[in-house]
Amino acid sequence: MCATTPSGIDNLLGDYTLDHAFDEMREPDGSVRSHYRALAEVLAQLPIEELRRRKQSADLSFLTQGITFTVYGRDEGTERIFPYDLLPRLITGQEWQHIERGLIQRITALNEFLRDIYSDAKILADKTIPGELVYSCRQYRRQMRGLQVPRNVYIAVVGSDLLRLSNGEFVVLEDNLRVPSGVSYMLTNRRVMKRTFPWLFHRYGVRPIEHYPQLLLATLRSLAPEGCVDPNIVLLTPGVFNSAYFEHTFLARQMGIELVEGRDLVTHDNVVYMRTTDGLKRVDVIYRRVDDDFTDPLVFRSDSILGCAGLLNAYRAGNVTITNAFGTGLADDKALYAYVPKIIRYYLGEDPILNNVETFLMTDDTERQHVLANLDKLVVKAVGESGGYGMLIGPHSTAEQRSEFARRIEANPRNYIAQPTLSFSRAPCMIGDRLEPRHVDLRPYILFGEKINVVPGGLTRVALEKGSLVVNSSQGGGSKDTWVLQ
Amino acid sequence: MLSRVADSLYWMSRYLERAENTLRQLDVTMNLMLDPGEASAETRWSRLVAALGNPAGLEWNGNLENMAREVVFNRANPASVISCVSAARENARQVRDEISTEQWQRLNRLFHHIQSPEAAEQFERDTSELLSLFVDGIHLFKGVTDTTMIHGQGWQFIRLGRYLERVYATATLLEVFQAHLGTAPEGESTGYFYLEQVGLLRCCTAFEAYCQVHTADIATEKILSFLLLNRHFPHAIRYSVESLSQSIQAIGASGSRRSPDELLVSVGRLSAMLNYTTISEVLRGGAASFLRSIRQQSMQIHDLIYHHYVHYSIQSALLA
Repeated sequence: MCATTPSGIDNLLGDYTLDHAFDEMREPDGSVRSHYRALAEVLAQLPIEELRRRKQSADLSFLTQGITFTVYGRDEGTERIFPYDLLPRLITGQEWQHIERGLIQRITALNEFLRDIYSDAKILADKTIPGELVYSCRQYRRQMRGLQVPRNVYIAVVGSDLLRLSNGEFVVLEDNLRVPSGVSYMLTNRRVMKRTFPWLFHRYGVRPIEHYPQLLLATLRSLAPEGCVDPNIVLLTPGVFNSAYFEHTFLARQMGIELVEGRDLVTHDNVVYMRTTDGLKRVDVIYRRVDDDFTDPLVFRSDSILGCAGLLNAYRAGNVTITNAFGTGLADDKALYAYVPKIIRYYLGEDPILNNVETFLMTDDTERQHVLANLDKLVVKAVGESGGYGMLIGPHSTAEQRSEFARRIEANPRNYIAQPTLSFSRAPCMIGDRLEPRHVDLRPYILFGEKINVVPGGLTRVALEKGSLVVNSSQGGGSKDTWVLQ
Repeated sequence: MLSRVADSLYWMSRYLERAENTLRQLDVTMNLMLDPGEASAETRWSRLVAALGNPAGLEWNGNLENMAREVVFNRANPASVISCVSAARENARQVRDEISTEQWQRLNRLFHHIQSPEAAEQFERDTSELLSLFVDGIHLFKGVTDTTMIHGQGWQFIRLGRYLERVYATATLLEVFQAHLGTAPEGESTGYFYLEQVGLLRCCTAFEAYCQVHTADIATEKILSFLLLNRHFPHAIRYSVESLSQSIQAIGASGSRRSPDELLVSVGRLSAMLNYTTISEVLRGGAASFLRSIRQQSMQIHDLIYHHYVHYSIQSALLA
């Protein structure tokens, strides 16, 4: 096979220009990377009408299944289909091995960090990390001090966001240690993909991900309170108005566990029960998809009706496992993120396998001055926000926005970090009738129970807008299937 | 099954049954009012309002079409058809993972139809046709429910909602009508008298079924007997109570740790009252008080269902 683009694909590649960003499909000289060749060949042979037809039938499949998410802050059309790109993103077995090892190392260290902070806090005593950074974090939960959690696992379900830099290196952009979402899209993308390109899929030898729900169930089961043989496991959702409600119903159904809301739960004598038509049924493990703040009105926000009063006490008494544990958001605070390499070295005595993105702390005078002088080149993020909210993307900002952020940073330096504007990798996407490169990230899912499992794949999110770097679904991003090759 | 889920399924079904009942009664009443009768328009209207359980805001204003629009389309009125359908859909939405896709789509379609501009237009042109289209939508939902859902606890709660609402609504209707009907003048049946009686049967889609049993020989006593005590007609009270009783037993038998004793006694008593009586006994004791008693008992059954399955006290559940 020749190393250049197959000629039939030339029409498809009309606007496919390479720039300094890493291209997942093409080498810098324009030739197709070897693991993408089979895909390129298939695309070259398929008439465009056929591709269009497959795209339509894939879209229809999402529509009829009602796979939608809710967009906040808009009155009309609040339920939308998550845009889906037809072409898979390919990751070689070797690349994956590296990612997997890196994630396991990182999650092990972060979990150890949480355990330490909520017990002896040695890392603070050693001054490896400034204590004020931890104690001023809004996600720090003093109620967790001295609490023994099952198997010492604080973060059972993690979704870390990875980017690929110009030199091809995968780096970690952020760790989602609270209630990471998107895994239902990973699974439905795969289902639709298998229907759309069955033989191609078969030929590539893609590693399976379909066992995720079963793995999640096993993980939850392994974290049941001590002595609990056949735990009753439930998924706690904030309810129909939550943007991830589809995912909650999806996972509950796939695992065959009850989907409960806070109002279904009662606690009595530090035991959690759910109200069933058969009377009260004891609950042993709660996979909660509700943020800390809303879980227990007695302890956290008293105005919230999403949770259940007394949950924390039942948890402290060891009668129920709540996962992820309370207070895990501490370790994905964007300011503490800068210290993760140090955390890995401190607890494991190893160098990080996956690097961080360079991060400037606003609490440091020199770094802050540097950032304020270079706002037009940097990305500024509020540490407590997620989903692409509360961000300034320097190169795409107006002078007015920059002075607004400068003012906010000066007023509350602890609340902001800055990072260079990254030129992260691009992958081919079907845009209209053409293949065009779009920026992508990758969110693999890590499950931590008896041991750490990383499902081979994850959610590849796509910034569908040309040139855009924003992949969040709430900001108009889409997704595509991720194939990890053997 | 979670109490909240049972609650939502029960109310989804009750609201739809209520909407259907309202649609039918409205259609029949509008039809009756085309004929000049002994009863004035106002009397007939207030009879309808009474049969619907006297919801607020439906005072007769002399314009039938306006009144009818109010009953069907006024969102501000919780008793209107649109309010009932919306409430049913909202309940269904809360338990989407418990009902079938077909059920959800069917209910969704009805909901969108009823609030579409086309429906408002058709209402002007062809009210009766539109009302029966809505009824069709509800019938389809029931059919889909019975054919696509596991006949487990959830399905039984749907039946509870349906039949309890039906018992209550039919008893109310009969109570209101029997006060207005009186008996036919000796030996003759005037056209007016006939119309009103047939109207009552039509309110329960019972005219054809009645004719099969009694021929077109229309008599108050027979109508009452048919709608109260027939054991094979789905809109008759006795049939509905029997269905109710079956569902309650099925739910109670599904491995409940707490036996619904009180509830079983209560529904058993109502069932016995209908099984072991004749129409002449009912009339001798006064049909009105008999019907009132049915209504009261069905309210009590509702309360017991609630106390037993949904809003039970935690203390009682912990002791069990």
